[in-house]
Amino acid sequence: MMNTKEKQKIQTEFKEKMDYDELLNCMRCGFCLPSCPTYIESGKDEAHSPRGRIAMMKAVVDGDIEPDEDVKRSLDLCLGCRACEPVCPSGVNYGHLLEQARDIIYQNSNQSLPIKAARNMAFEHLFPNQKRMIGFTSLVGFYQRSGLQNVTRKTGLLNLFPETLRTMEKVLPAIPKKSEMQNRPRYLPSLTEEKKKVAFFSGCLMDTVFMATNDATTKLLQYAGCEIIVPETQGCCGALHGHSGERERAKEMAKKNIKAFEDEQVDYIITNAGGCGAFLVDYDHLLKDEPNWAERALAFTKKIKDITSILIELNFHQLDLQLDEQIITYQDSCHLKNGQKTFMEPRQLLQSIKGVEYVEMKDASRCCGSAGIYNIVESEMSMQILEYKMEQTKKTNAKTIVTANPGCLLQMKLGIEKEGLSEEMEAVHIVDILLKAYENCNRLTTSN
Amino acid sequence: MFTEKIKENLKQIVGSKNVDFKKSSLLVYSYDATPQFQSLPDAIVSPRNTNEVSQVVKLCNDNRIPIVPRGSGTNLSAGTTPLEGGIVLLFKHMDQILDIDEENLTITTQPGIITQDLIHEVEARGLFYPPDPSSMKISQIGGNINENSGGLRGLKYGVTRDYVLGLEIVLPNGEIIRTGGKLAKDVAGYDLTRLFVGSEGTLGIITEATLKLIPKPETKKTMLALYQNIDAAARSVSAIISNRIVPATLEFLDQPTLQVVEDFAQIGLPTEVKAVLLIEQDGPEVVVQQDMQQIAQICEENHAVEVSLAKTAEEAEGLTTARRSALSALARLKPTTILEDATVPRSEIANMVKAIENIAKKYDVTICTFGHAGDGNLHPTCLTDVRNTEEIERVELAFEDIFHKAIGLGGTITGEHGVGAMKSAYLHLKVGEAGVEAMQQIKNAFDPNNIMNPGKIFAKSERKRVVVSS
Repeated sequence: MMNTKEKQKIQTEFKEKMDYDELLNCMRCGFCLPSCPTYIESGKDEAHSPRGRIAMMKAVVDGDIEPDEDVKRSLDLCLGCRACEPVCPSGVNYGHLLEQARDIIYQNSNQSLPIKAARNMAFEHLFPNQKRMIGFTSLVGFYQRSGLQNVTRKTGLLNLFPETLRTMEKVLPAIPKKSEMQNRPRYLPSLTEEKKKVAFFSGCLMDTVFMATNDATTKLLQYAGCEIIVPETQGCCGALHGHSGERERAKEMAKKNIKAFEDEQVDYIITNAGGCGAFLVDYDHLLKDEPNWAERALAFTKKIKDITSILIELNFHQLDLQLDEQIITYQDSCHLKNGQKTFMEPRQLLQSIKGVEYVEMKDASRCCGSAGIYNIVESEMSMQILEYKMEQTKKTNAKTIVTANPGCLLQMKLGIEKEGLSEEMEAVHIVDILLKAYENCNRLTTSN
Repeated sequence: MFTEKIKENLKQIVGSKNVDFKKSSLLVYSYDATPQFQSLPDAIVSPRNTNEVSQVVKLCNDNRIPIVPRGSGTNLSAGTTPLEGGIVLLFKHMDQILDIDEENLTITTQPGIITQDLIHEVEARGLFYPPDPSSMKISQIGGNINENSGGLRGLKYGVTRDYVLGLEIVLPNGEIIRTGGKLAKDVAGYDLTRLFVGSEGTLGIITEATLKLIPKPETKKTMLALYQNIDAAARSVSAIISNRIVPATLEFLDQPTLQVVEDFAQIGLPTEVKAVLLIEQDGPEVVVQQDMQQIAQICEENHAVEVSLAKTAEEAEGLTTARRSALSALARLKPTTILEDATVPRSEIANMVKAIENIAKKYDVTICTFGHAGDGNLHPTCLTDVRNTEEIERVELAFEDIFHKAIGLGGTITGEHGVGAMKSAYLHLKVGEAGVEAMQQIKNAFDPNNIMNPGKIFAKSERKRVVVSS
């Protein structure tokens, strides 16, 4: 529980730091309501809608209400999916308001010791340091390979963990070996006529847990005609920090990445994780108050491009692509769509694969409930949202659910596992399926 | 007044899950889409059926507690702002369609259903429910009935009132009555159905409604006519009507509105012209074709610089959806947007547009205008900033002038948004002191304790606007 002193501190900082013009920009028309997953799933509770949350933030600034536990609860339950932004005729930057508010609340409230320790461990020591990321994930890899996983599963030791984590343990991909994660390529030439020079943003989770997908991404870029540089000094994008009320740390990470990329003479900086990409394109906002950085941040953000977007630009979809006959559906990454406005490109790529019948699911752009670490910290709401998502997925009869972000990928795998559908359905990252489709044809032509 | 005992009683009636006293919850139900009005209620109550509504109302009546029925809170006259506290009543558990009768062409529904969901359900059966307020994707049918909402199709098809056949109502004393029915004709006594439509929640709680449906028109075509002169656009509207053509939709947007809407919707609207008319006609294909040709010709005769038909249904849909976002899109320009819906006979539309322009100049305020030109229902919207009190005063004076002008042209102070708290000080302009008095007597007869949405329709004092800071 928050004490009076904490509340006062939070209220004062709300008055000082919240962007009041942006709060006033919301004219309360309610156009955001139907787009908000938590509003829908809470049975239309205005307290869990974007309009309601903005009203609360403004009321805290105005001194009409205290920033009590219920206000914090409402902000915590927000997925941060930003589905409210593209439907807002007034153009309110809800994501920015949410980040500001969460930052103030988290920096000024005393959390319980275990939570504080866990946050500190993850936000300060693990994610910002790729070496530690590798160390940590290779522990998981050891767990998977050593037989420990089997023992743990058999002994029922896992039952001590919440259900979501237990299922998550099952769907986590096989982690690469530590030596593989440590020796990543830093330069890759184009395999066809060179059209663009790009830098690859490899990410923290993507370059460890999802290393194979990163390899597939650079392969695709090589096939599409890109020379690729992968700067070694880059690190985690800081999105998890930014969304969880750790803005200062996110800023440090942003600066590190800007430094890592700014000297490379490249056309684009390519990402393959919607969540990271949306945070990277927002670095200019994150650093807007730092005179030495604002301009450099802007130059950086202008180069950010999702892998699907550059593939379309380089006409990759006009190449021969083929898969076994199957129905495919696509689950939008919220941040790729709402943050980077990239949603047609993945669909266009999938539709251009021969053998594929693309079926759009209902509400494909509604969040799957993954939302960073939301599915672990807000498990109940997350699973409710996932249930709806799985209903829609099942209706398409798809064999493959394609995603464009690691969080969504894990969540969809979780959904498949929970529904007991792992025999007939799989979730994949879009680059993995595109590479397969491309190499299928490539092998065909070479064998001819 | 709001004692622990009453709280307990409420919990007993609707279950403790359906009563909310948390400060943050009260805050998020303290407003609707109307700027400058905000006031905290004492409780949020979500009954599960008519019987529970009746018990809640009875409890309120016995204890003189205000009760405000609320849909999705999109209304624009502060109609659902709980100005005197009390209970905000939600219908989230009462949102089911009860019956679609394809023999009588009616739909019977609970009040909490979203307007657009209802429209989709009936259209899937080849039927049509025309009232389409701009907020239909969010608004609830109960709110539409209480506000007698209009919409883009009002010109040809009328407004909500024209489709309500029967109601189930909980009166302020807790009694449950049923009015009308699946009937084309019914003159048994006073027409309480019509009285309750548009009563803004001041007479009772609507818990069920039977609505009229019509066959879905075969085809629809959508057209944009562009003008370099606002007056020419307005004259085209009158010319179309006087040529005996009644389009389904005839919307007007001025240049600043076009620019912000395009900024949001990004569908390639012409932003370099001074005004456009968005025109739709529906019906049998031959008739639609003929009407559209004739309309195009009339627009050109009235100096439209370009007239173009939407090529696909998607393009047409994009245009009307964009139009529906106009008010909220205007909020991009200034922190506060105050809109009115003064309405004049359609023949006076050109005069009204001109008058609005002059009034804006006179008070040195920015007014953008869009709206349902075809039925004389304009939405002059003032862009301002609540923090600038001096300008806000000028804005209010400008609107007062606009009301007087509308009345002078044979119009009204509000065409479709309702009086609420926002226009209560001006009601007498339209209906006269005796008219207000007659309405007040009706109100007293139904609700002698004044528990139903108090502070609405009837002004409390001489103050022009009942501005309640939270």
